[in-house]
Amino acid sequence: MSTGVSGAPLLSIENLQVHFRTPDGVNRAVDGVSFAIQSGETLAIVGESGCGKSVTSMSILRLLPEPPARIAGAIKFEGRNLLDLPNSAMRKIRGNDISVIFQEPMTSLNPVLTVGRQIGETLRLHQGLGRREAEARAVEMLTLVGIPEPRRRVREYPHQLSGGMRQRVMIAIALACSPKLLIADEPTTALDVTIQAQILDLMRDLKARVGAAIMLITHDLGVVAEVADRVVVMYAGRKVEEAPVRDLFRAPRHPYTRGLMGAVPKLGAVEHGADARLAEIPGMVPSLKGRIEGCVFAGRCPDVTDLCRAYAPALEPKAPGHLAACHYAPKDALAA
Amino acid sequence: MTATVAPFSDSARQAGAPPEGAAPKAPPPGLAVAAPLPDVIPARKRRGPIWTYVRRNPTIVVGGVLLLVVFLMAVLAPWLGTVDPTALAPAKRTRVPSAQYWFGTDMLGRDVYSRVVYGARVSLLVGFSVAFLASIAGLAVGLVSGMVRWLDGIVMRVVDGMMSIPPILLAVALMALTRGSVQNVIVAITIAEIPRVARLVRGVVLSLREQPYVEAAVTTGTRMPAIIWRHILPNTLAPMTVQATYICASAMITEAILSFIGAGVPPSTPSWGNIMAEGRALWQVKFYIILFPAIFLSMTVLAVNLVGDGLRDALDPRMAKDV
Amino acid sequence: MSATPAPAGRTLLEVNDLKKHFSLGGGLFGRSTRVLKAVDGLSFTVARGETLSLVGESGCGKSTVAKALMRLYAPTAGQVVLDGKRIDDLSAGALRPLRRHIQMVFQDPFSSLNPRMRVRAILAEPIRNFGLAHNAADLESRLASLMERVGLPREALGRFPHEFSGGQRQRIGIARALAAEPDLIICDEAVSALDVSVKAQIVNLLRDLQRELDLAMLFISHDLAIVEHMTHRVAVMYLGKIVEIGPRRDMFLAPKHPYTQALLSAVPIPEPGAGRTRIVLKGDVPSPIDPPAGCRFHTRCPHAFDRCRVEVPGLDPVGTGHFAACHLNDAAAPARAA
Repeated sequence: MSTGVSGAPLLSIENLQVHFRTPDGVNRAVDGVSFAIQSGETLAIVGESGCGKSVTSMSILRLLPEPPARIAGAIKFEGRNLLDLPNSAMRKIRGNDISVIFQEPMTSLNPVLTVGRQIGETLRLHQGLGRREAEARAVEMLTLVGIPEPRRRVREYPHQLSGGMRQRVMIAIALACSPKLLIADEPTTALDVTIQAQILDLMRDLKARVGAAIMLITHDLGVVAEVADRVVVMYAGRKVEEAPVRDLFRAPRHPYTRGLMGAVPKLGAVEHGADARLAEIPGMVPSLKGRIEGCVFAGRCPDVTDLCRAYAPALEPKAPGHLAACHYAPKDALAA
Repeated sequence: MTATVAPFSDSARQAGAPPEGAAPKAPPPGLAVAAPLPDVIPARKRRGPIWTYVRRNPTIVVGGVLLLVVFLMAVLAPWLGTVDPTALAPAKRTRVPSAQYWFGTDMLGRDVYSRVVYGARVSLLVGFSVAFLASIAGLAVGLVSGMVRWLDGIVMRVVDGMMSIPPILLAVALMALTRGSVQNVIVAITIAEIPRVARLVRGVVLSLREQPYVEAAVTTGTRMPAIIWRHILPNTLAPMTVQATYICASAMITEAILSFIGAGVPPSTPSWGNIMAEGRALWQVKFYIILFPAIFLSMTVLAVNLVGDGLRDALDPRMAKDV
Repeated sequence: MSATPAPAGRTLLEVNDLKKHFSLGGGLFGRSTRVLKAVDGLSFTVARGETLSLVGESGCGKSTVAKALMRLYAPTAGQVVLDGKRIDDLSAGALRPLRRHIQMVFQDPFSSLNPRMRVRAILAEPIRNFGLAHNAADLESRLASLMERVGLPREALGRFPHEFSGGQRQRIGIARALAAEPDLIICDEAVSALDVSVKAQIVNLLRDLQRELDLAMLFISHDLAIVEHMTHRVAVMYLGKIVEIGPRRDMFLAPKHPYTQALLSAVPIPEPGAGRTRIVLKGDVPSPIDPPAGCRFHTRCPHAFDRCRVEVPGLDPVGTGHFAACHLNDAAAPARAA
């Protein structure tokens, strides 16, 4: 069952803390998060806005300005701690070993450069390709991401492309240098459903062909179910649950994960005759300014007890490969 | 599909002993409690609200203090060891700065220090009056232009026409039509500055009109005057206040230039522009006659601009406050 | 063209052949040469106490419909009939008192509340404008009950919008719409900017209010799962036209238009390995400035045949109260082309 024991993970984040100094106190945006990504796997980081998922990805790329941010812990990529690297070494990693797809495909592309130049730029920078070679490779990349007439499209500017096409170009740029890790930050959130379906299909297809590990950051459980292998659920700057995707959806252990799943309306309510109200998670995310005593979810949890308010639960294995930070999460008899 | 990846590194946290100080009592045995996390950023010493304000808005504070000094100087001029700034003393012409004449005397024997201190009154009066009047007038023009679509084209073409003339030239031309007095200077500079405010306000109004809360006001049956008064006007005040400070600074400079070329405040009234104009003939030998008013003018304009920059940053929601 | 279903219950709002065209500048000397047909001949009705959802992708014109109905845009053509009375040709002054009957909840909970007004002033505005309160005490009790209705503490009346979270702000926006005691509420993507857990709260709130107050609702959304949860009937829009309209059950279980079918199959299902065949549409939505001839969907339709490229399909009945604009449903149509 377990494959993780063999070989070191591609990326491992250990006890990551990202705090921001703000006028009214220290914002503990990410507070003690650990997880690992194996080569070739797709890990989804799920959570609502402000849970720290994007801050985590930004700190992997070292894109957070320090100050106001201050980062502690370790981010090990192929054994090297990225937090210790000088900026010059970091520039070689960004866009080459680790690349990103952002949510907004319009603002992430430079409006005054052709699509071909933008794909070629990373190749010339990181792999020292000449102009001609870079352009040939750009055409190849556009073909890979399913853009029709790639030879014509390389000479076009971003505004000549539709939203779905631009996101394909973003993916082409991200994949141009054959990265080992692709960070996809809400890659389909700004897209329409029919275009989202195209991009999700493309991502699944590329996953098989390119072999890059993908860190998918999203709030959409539907997207998670479609592309992820493993899932980390974040809440209020902490990891509250981690599990293989099927286990998580079959038997979520943390009350927050259960709440999230109940709160998402599922297509097919008519068919199943279900016409009930959606399950709500009452209240709202606690302020991250200053320490939270006890469990971070205690304020909204339906099963909260005094124990939860007093003692923060540790992340514990509840089933093989399945971690949850809850005192009352059901626990299987563990094999290992 | 990889089924499972073994957890790692969490063991360290699970094994952690219950935090001392974090929980008052030891947790029940067998309960897995997360180890406490360190503070990455050391807590800052709590200081008083005044110090916090200074740290967050240094430009407003520096500019404000400088401006306050100039303001007090203007108000308290008679008690600051000054003499009559218009008193002529031909026998004591062009004295160098000394214990008696701090900034020396000019070619008519008038005390430059006293003239500079009293001159602050003219600069401040002109600067603030113009800022106030131009804001009110520009606000009215901008609101009308932004809200009444059919008037917009006409009003904006007039404004464009006025803006094609540099404000100083326009002020000079207007002054040429009347006689020199502080009031006329204020009116002339105000007219020259109105187009800038009007353009700014119109732009703000046009973007506010598209705001959903203004649309919501329309759909909840609010009449146009109430929409302008409750929804548009209050939200134009912030950018307009910032613009007003820049106009204040620019008006002070324009006043000095007008007086310097003899088209402004009459020579009998001491103003920084006048003093410099009179020192112009002697500047190669008695440079201090020009130097002192110039320093005061620069400092005052700088102070006003600092306040303006500080206000702009404090009022702009896009500026990161996380510092 | 006016063949819209007559739903059970009394008709509250009737929209006939509504058009909203925007002329895009571009010609020299300000003469516009191109026309964007954002809404191009829309007809539907909403009955009292009924929720009709308007579904479609960005650029299909669904938000323009909302603004045209609210008269934030003047409609280019067509009729809007509220409770038997035409309102689209009224002057602004004559329309103002009638605005009470139709209220709107906006998408963005941040920009839809005036940052410089307290909640009390925001909610009191419609009550005063429409003269609903008899005296100060009545106003106060109305404000209190509005806050209770939307699940906010009464003390919050004295606070400014920036002191609230996104979900709470949306509650204030809903309370503002309710303050006018409307018959119809138009929700323009009212929950799409909210986080998952908060979204569920607001969806439930809207559903409860709709039932308790017997409100009619025009629910504009791109999220089919939420629509299925909220609605009585659904209208699907594509490039400014309704391609299919019908009762919820028919629309979700037996959609008759290929676009509706594709939209439904594109929704990601939060269930790993949920085996189903997805219809992935080719390409993107064409520009509404120059929509395709014939059926507007033919450029992306997996079943398109020759007739679709030349002949505009009419919105024809395919079931009880269920209409679709597709030649495939035509009795005379050739067998479903592959």
